[in-house]
Amino acid sequence: MASGSDGLARRRTAVGELAIAVGVLVLAAVIYWQVQVMPVSPLYAKVGPTLVPSLAALAMTGLGLALLLSAVRGGWQSAEELEAVPDRLALGWVLAGLLINLLLIDVAGFTLASTLLFICVARGFGSRKIIRDASIGAAFALVAYFGFAKTLGINIGAGVVEHTIEGLLPLSRKS
Amino acid sequence: MDAVAGLMKGFAVALTPINLMWCLIGTTLGTAIGVLPGLGPALTIALLLPITFKVDPTAAFILFAGIYYGAMYGGSTTSILLNTPGESATIVTALEGNKMARKGRAGAALATAAIGSFVAGTIGTLGLAFLAPLVADMALQFGPADYFALMVLAFVTVAAVLGSSAVRGLTALLFGIWLGMIGVDLQTGQARFTFGVPELLDGINVIIVAVGLFAVGETLYVASRYSGGNDEVIPLKGSLWMTREEWSRSWKPWLRGTAFGFPIGAMPAGGAEIPTFLSYYTEKKLSKHPEEFGHGAIEGVAGPEAANNASAAGVLVPMLTLGLPTSATAAIMLSAFQSYGINPGPLLFQTQPELVWGLIASLFIGNVMLLVLNLPMIALWVKMLMIPAPLLYAGILVFATIGTYGITQSTTDLMLLYAVGGIGYLMRRYDFPTAPVIIGMILGPLAEQNLRQAMTISAGDWTVFFTRPLSATLLVLAAIAIVGPKAYDFWARTQLKPVPGGDA
Repeated sequence: MASGSDGLARRRTAVGELAIAVGVLVLAAVIYWQVQVMPVSPLYAKVGPTLVPSLAALAMTGLGLALLLSAVRGGWQSAEELEAVPDRLALGWVLAGLLINLLLIDVAGFTLASTLLFICVARGFGSRKIIRDASIGAAFALVAYFGFAKTLGINIGAGVVEHTIEGLLPLSRKS
Repeated sequence: MDAVAGLMKGFAVALTPINLMWCLIGTTLGTAIGVLPGLGPALTIALLLPITFKVDPTAAFILFAGIYYGAMYGGSTTSILLNTPGESATIVTALEGNKMARKGRAGAALATAAIGSFVAGTIGTLGLAFLAPLVADMALQFGPADYFALMVLAFVTVAAVLGSSAVRGLTALLFGIWLGMIGVDLQTGQARFTFGVPELLDGINVIIVAVGLFAVGETLYVASRYSGGNDEVIPLKGSLWMTREEWSRSWKPWLRGTAFGFPIGAMPAGGAEIPTFLSYYTEKKLSKHPEEFGHGAIEGVAGPEAANNASAAGVLVPMLTLGLPTSATAAIMLSAFQSYGINPGPLLFQTQPELVWGLIASLFIGNVMLLVLNLPMIALWVKMLMIPAPLLYAGILVFATIGTYGITQSTTDLMLLYAVGGIGYLMRRYDFPTAPVIIGMILGPLAEQNLRQAMTISAGDWTVFFTRPLSATLLVLAAIAIVGPKAYDFWARTQLKPVPGGDA
């Protein structure tokens, strides 16, 4: 439907789509380069570990070129999507939450890092009730920690908060 | 073993208290995540994959299957009351269902959706029980070349035919295949695409990719499009008891929807969207009240809902008998099988009869549970729709973190998760489908294995794929699936000169 000929508005090269197409071509090049440096025993010369990666690199080059062509012709996004302006502030809050979580989870433990993540994401989605979000986030993280993680037997990072509570509760000591 | 004997045995497994409990947990959880926008069965099962280290396979698959079926039921509630399809397969339900709800007939819409899902799910599961052993018997004669051709056909249809663009679908698929190749090549021990990072030698965990794409990427996308207001939830009005007229207008669409959904789902191509659309247009054609379509026709809810549930049962046929997943959820379930060291395929019915038949029997039980959960207890799920978006998405990201960080306690994995999330955001923004990534990642290594086995048997002779009748047929079908639509477009454009205003 969006074949480029159906509107005058989209003849110009679409920058976003161009970047995506270049990314796909770069990935194809990386695959090709890795295939070249892969040492292969002559035993597997014909159907070895490089066969499928080579085919994948070839196919990806073709697809990348097709995307490139489409991007130069004005891109493939629908008019609706083109008009929508990404909410950078909301994205920023969510990304900040992820970054804080990444930096703190080893140092401060899961509960604290998750609570901060929770507050930031909620803020990104427009919530202004920090105290409510903080308490729900903390409760959620604790329930998740003791319920989900302990029953599934996966040990997620314990910090100060977790150790204190575990010390208070005799039931969780046996594990 | 014949289906009846198998089912008897299966019910003996599924009716034990502990397995009934897993089924109840699965169906409840499945309905919940189906109702909540932003959460789907593939993501949920991925987050629960670590459970495979704790419980026996039968219990795990009863749980997963409950989630899978439950999400289909729950998704229709969201489509009807919120007009935001919870699942891609319920887009059509939103068309008529939401209109019905706006006219104060939400009760009837929910009832025909739930009962239709029950009818279709039950018939579909019966179809699975009787068809699967036959397919498994047939598949015993498949060689590696045939399997490879079958997987190529599945790749092509999943990536190129079902989405909005073949090029973007195939790009997503190849990205997934590449992710699946990272790590040590199992046949030769050669490390591939690890770039010297030792953590990558074991490969990338599918949990990280699924959670990154479906939770992190999705949340970023919704955040970038979120304008602050909540969608309006339509209050639950109208009796949940359907009138005599509503029954008589519903039962035929249920059966026709099932007749579309199950066979299409059971094909190696799969997909729940096509049968729902087919059912919708068929009902529109056959209806005695075509003028109601677009304004809340009950047939337009009954048929597509039945179709999507029947196709969910159908998808399990190639998944259990051939090890061929055709949806993201089925692909994650396949990776759960792999984590138990079980290979789904024709031998599964012989080596794991208790697991397979217990699973199928539990699907019947789960359908009954879901009918109860989704009709008398519907008010509970409507309350879940009221959860404010900030809390919902914050909770999703916290869960995503637990699910990933919990596996290895490695911040490398968290970084990988967020990086995949960023890619997922770009894919959503630039209209690339995400399901082919998961399917490529799980099915890619199996396809490679079969390709190399076939080539080794034939001593490097490529013609092996074209001299075996089955593999040749499948590859020709795959080629038609890729080239066919384009060729048809071209033909239509050159033969039929465009009628002014006739081209939509």
